[in-house]
Amino acid sequence: MSSPIVKLVAQRIALGILLLLAVSVLIFAGTQILPGDVAQAILGQSATPESLANLREQLGLNQPAYIRYFHWLGGVLTGDLGTAMSSGQDIATSIKERLWNTLFLAFWAAIVAIPLAITLGLIAVRYRNGWVDKLISGVALASTSFPEFFIGYLLVFYFAVEHQWFPAISTVYEGMSLGERLQAIALPAAALTLVVLAHMMRMTRAAILNVMQSAYVETAELKGLSAFAVIRKHAFPNAIAPIINVVMLNLAYLVVGVVVVEVIFVYPGMGQYLVDHVTKRDVPVVQAVGLIFAAVYISLNIIADIAAIVANPRLRHPK
Amino acid sequence: MTNELDYLSRRVAAGKLSRRDFLGRAAALGISAPFANSLLSSAARAAGPVKGGTLKAGLVGGESTNSLDPALMMTQVPFAFGKCWGEMIVELSPEGKLENRIAEEIGSSDDAKVWTLKIRDGVEFHNGKTVTAEDVAATLERHSDEKSKSGALGYMKGIDTIKANGKEVVLTLKEANADLPYLLSDYHLIVQPNGGKDKPDAGISAGPYKVKVNEPGVRHVGERFANYWQGDKMGHADQIEVVVINDATARTAALQGGQVNMINRVEPKIVDLIKRVKGVTIRNHSGPGHYVFIMHCNTAPFDNNDLRMALKLAIDREEMLNKVLRGYGSLGNDFPINASYPLFTEIEQRKYDPDKAKFHYKKSGHDGSILLRTSDVAFPGAVDAAQLYQQSAAKAGIKLEIKREPGDGYWNEVWNKQPFCASYWGGRSTQDQMYSTAYLSSADWNDTRFKRPDFDKMVLAARAELDEAKRKAMYHDMAVMVRDEGGLILPMFNQFIDATGPKVGGWVDDPHQELCNGYALAKCWLEA
Repeated sequence: MSSPIVKLVAQRIALGILLLLAVSVLIFAGTQILPGDVAQAILGQSATPESLANLREQLGLNQPAYIRYFHWLGGVLTGDLGTAMSSGQDIATSIKERLWNTLFLAFWAAIVAIPLAITLGLIAVRYRNGWVDKLISGVALASTSFPEFFIGYLLVFYFAVEHQWFPAISTVYEGMSLGERLQAIALPAAALTLVVLAHMMRMTRAAILNVMQSAYVETAELKGLSAFAVIRKHAFPNAIAPIINVVMLNLAYLVVGVVVVEVIFVYPGMGQYLVDHVTKRDVPVVQAVGLIFAAVYISLNIIADIAAIVANPRLRHPK
Repeated sequence: MTNELDYLSRRVAAGKLSRRDFLGRAAALGISAPFANSLLSSAARAAGPVKGGTLKAGLVGGESTNSLDPALMMTQVPFAFGKCWGEMIVELSPEGKLENRIAEEIGSSDDAKVWTLKIRDGVEFHNGKTVTAEDVAATLERHSDEKSKSGALGYMKGIDTIKANGKEVVLTLKEANADLPYLLSDYHLIVQPNGGKDKPDAGISAGPYKVKVNEPGVRHVGERFANYWQGDKMGHADQIEVVVINDATARTAALQGGQVNMINRVEPKIVDLIKRVKGVTIRNHSGPGHYVFIMHCNTAPFDNNDLRMALKLAIDREEMLNKVLRGYGSLGNDFPINASYPLFTEIEQRKYDPDKAKFHYKKSGHDGSILLRTSDVAFPGAVDAAQLYQQSAAKAGIKLEIKREPGDGYWNEVWNKQPFCASYWGGRSTQDQMYSTAYLSSADWNDTRFKRPDFDKMVLAARAELDEAKRKAMYHDMAVMVRDEGGLILPMFNQFIDATGPKVGGWVDDPHQELCNGYALAKCWLEA
């Protein structure tokens, strides 16, 4: 690898880390602005002034905010996310399981969605402006336009209630075999696939169509290559950068945007974990989950950037 | 002939004779088919519990923040799972009587100040140890300690000393309380080894199921405890499982799809649809829970009893019951007690009367609109209910202005702070508990600011009265006082609406709480 690429990549990564730090400040500040505090939330209706004061003292809520921030940041950097205030459990341990579940669901949704979206995009380009193209675009756009919960409920109604092919709830737990797990997550994965499909498919189609206008594609066609061969060999490799970008964005969405789908299918992932703790004002957990989501989002975007850089021949082969 | 039929039907129930054979034999005895069929079904019911299988419940009310510490139980999932693994000192039977559990006998001194619990022999904890009087005493001590943050702390404060003495636990109260055994049936008071002082969330007690899996907010699994002391009555399924399903639609779908055998909190608006689903049975039952609009009796303009009376008369209870609860409830009468409480007396039903309301409104001298705060979280349908109230009040010339408050913070900022708002109460197990929690002058949760020394005296006198007839009369007088002079507008009592799937046997309607007072998983069985 030549130096400009290494330099660019290093810059991206440094920028990402900086961004993450900025996000951590934002998250911390945001949770401080929330009305009421943890002590109030824990005691609820039964709060008396003395018990509130005691609990605040016990939880260290009396220290100034910036000290608590650095305290927290130091913990995060050493892998200690603290303990949940509402249940006293270690956050890192609880999150590990949840994060794994969310990644598992996102992984399988991505495995289905990405090849499907790209293939559909390629087919749409091949038969552009014909009825196949319009059908693919129409269906994909429709599935994206419906809110996730609506798609989720439709899937539940048809596949779980009417036909009972798949379970309506996707509870997964230790000791389940891979097959059982896959069956459990079939419906949420399908819902997520439908939600992210159109974006990636449309981007693939647009990016390749853009390249299709260029002279070398015309040359390839004149050489007598078949339409698919032209797309595969000449158009697709040159359109890969924007496609990777949109794929990464959607991957990030699969991880951080699944809150609604997780709630509908009762899937024990990060989203539900976050919602539970937000209602309890369990600030350490909310901060930790927020930070993890931000990290996932930023790192996937860095990967997208790097991939786009690496995919650019002008950067790969500097003069 | 009857003996022969009885014998035959029992054999069918036991699976030793086919239904077809039974009908044939019955016909030979000269019995018509419909009658023979009815004989058969009653035999199946009487055949009793079926052992084995896994019974699953999909319940709302669990979060990843839940703990197995009984002191901290608040919502439905820990409550229902607690009844599976926990054993109580004493419990309320579905008929409202006291049912002795770990306490074999409960006795009191004549002045109801000193209470003696005799501890049952041979009850075993899941860890193999025998339940002793020390364990019971330690449990009560832990829940009396502020540090445990126990949900039962409010009642436990009334206990002065707790002493274990051989096989007995002796409780001395600060003030006489004839209801003490009822208070001990509070679901937080699960007996734990050494009172749970060593490890409060160990999940060890003497209930019919041992905790096998505890994933808060996801699922809880219990495995039958072989040495449960009354295994003939509870703990029929080999394994029970609570799956947390907070989303109402997902819960219903899980029941329909057969992933769970029972669910709680079916929304009134979809009950009629669910009823039509094959195999699903709706289990609705009245309880002490009620939906209310509360006025602060010490804040203008609600400090005027004529205005309060006008507002009480200006609400159309029947319409609200039909439209908000779709009939799944009963009419309220502006005092917080109904037939699900012991020692209840019927009082004349207050009706919607715009003319009378107008009269009292005029007499109060109030002018201008009255601000009513409501929110989706106050109770399901609270916003609709407030709008119905606005319309019925308008007919009496009373102008209600409705302010819809955000759900977040409603219980901190509005309830028990603002002078007129919508709210709900889950109810308590005795009248004394209900009145002490929310109607004594000194009560923290006196959300109607009903501060009447004469009423306080009546509460304390009734609490110490051991003569039931006299107590009943006292409670009647208290109810009339709250109804006619208090700040409570109680349009309706809600029902618990649970649902079970096919083949669930052994369900017992219980007026105290949903899911057979939490015992559904422990008491029900899967029919073969």
